Parts: sequence; structure tokens; C-alpha cells
Amino acid sequence: MTGDPGLQPERTRLAWRRTLLALTVVTVLTVRLALTGDAAGAVLAGVAIAGWAATLALCWRRAVGSGPVRGTSRTMPVVALAAVGQATLGVLLAVRGLW
Amino acid sequence: MWETVRRWFDPRELRSVGSTPDYRFSLANERTFLAWLRTGLALVAGGLAAAQFLPPLPLAHLREAIAVALLLLGGTVAVRAVDHWARTERAIRLGEELPASRFPAVLALAVGLGALLLVVAVLARAVGGR
Repeated sequence: MTGDPGLQPERTRLAWRRTLLALTVVTVLTVRLALTGDAAGAVLAGVAIAGWAATLALCWRRAVGSGPVRGTSRTMPVVALAAVGQATLGVLLAVRGLW
Repeated sequence: MWETVRRWFDPRELRSVGSTPDYRFSLANERTFLAWLRTGLALVAGGLAAAQFLPPLPLAHLREAIAVALLLLGGTVAVRAVDHWARTERAIRLGEELPASRFPAVLALAVGLGALLLVVAVLARAVGGR
């Protein structure tokens, strides 16, 4: 990293790791909320885990890998979509006990 | 609206605008996006925690309402984070002024108001002697 005293790529990689860690915590909470013994809950828990795994796979290179970084990438909308997906699952799970 | 969403997933189009800036600017923009996304994820985690760890509240469905409100707010923060990231990236590439936004102020007021309501609720219960 000569010529870059700010270590910008390193800081960005660490920011990605923090974000994926936060997504993992959210996924654990979604799965815990979903698993109440019924089949629908198990399906939604499976969806949450699948979405988490797909997001990790798509963002892995940016969070862990080295090499050239590009300013614009599909990983930004992908990880935001994962957050919106977990929120949507959470809404479904939060209101399912109401009827 | 769908055109905007499609553009988020098509980085080639964003790369074709203007000229490639100093990569440090792009990385700073990326980290800001990630910080906003973590803010959104924290709100989503709060909603998920409210849904499963709060006991049933005296007001019917209040627990579910709190959970859904936090989850929707978190989702909104995440979507807005991508939108702001894309618009900022575009502005950097074109050498324009960065987009201004009222969103941080609105979010701060919403979170502050929510906290204040909870303080009032907790105090009301304590004074009510339950």
C-alpha cells in the first residue's frame, strides 16, 4: 500500500466485513423468529438462510479478497437487497400471529 | 422507478458516465454506503428483536406495530443508501456537487421521537404503579 497512507482499500474491506457480520446477526434473528415448529416458519427460515448465503457468496471477493477494486459494482445493490429481504421476511413473521 | 432500480444493478452504465475519479473518492463513497446499510440493518435487528423478545404489551398489537415500524424504517434506510450511493458516484464522476439530502435529519427526528415516546410509556407505567 505504498503511496496511500490512508489505507483506503483496507478500510473499505473491513467496512464490508462489518456489514456482512451485521447481516449475519440479522439472519440469525430472522431464523430464530421463524422457527416456531410449523412448516411455513421452516420455509421462511430456509429462505432467510439461502438469501444470506447467496449474498455472502456475491460479496465475498470485495470483503475478503484482494486485487483491484472498482468504484462501481453490483455488490452494493445486492447487499442492500439482502437487508430489504430480511426486513420483508421479518414483517411477514411479525404479523403472522395476528390471524 | 424500475428504470432506476435496474440501473443500480447495471454498473457498466454508471461506469460510462463522466471520467473515472481518484479511486479513494469512490472507496469513501462505498464506505459511507456501508455505514448507512449497517444503520438500516441495526433498525431491522431492532424490529426482529422487538417481535420475539418483547412480552405482549397492554395495548393490543402494539408489539407487532413497533416491530413492523422498525423493520420498514430499516428497509427504507437500505434502499435510500443505494440510491444515495449511486447518485453520489454519478456526481463524483461528472465533477458535480454532491447530492444534498434531508434524509439524515428526518431519520434522526424519527428515531428521537420514537425514543421519547418510549420514555413517556416507561414513566407512565412506573407512575401508574404496575
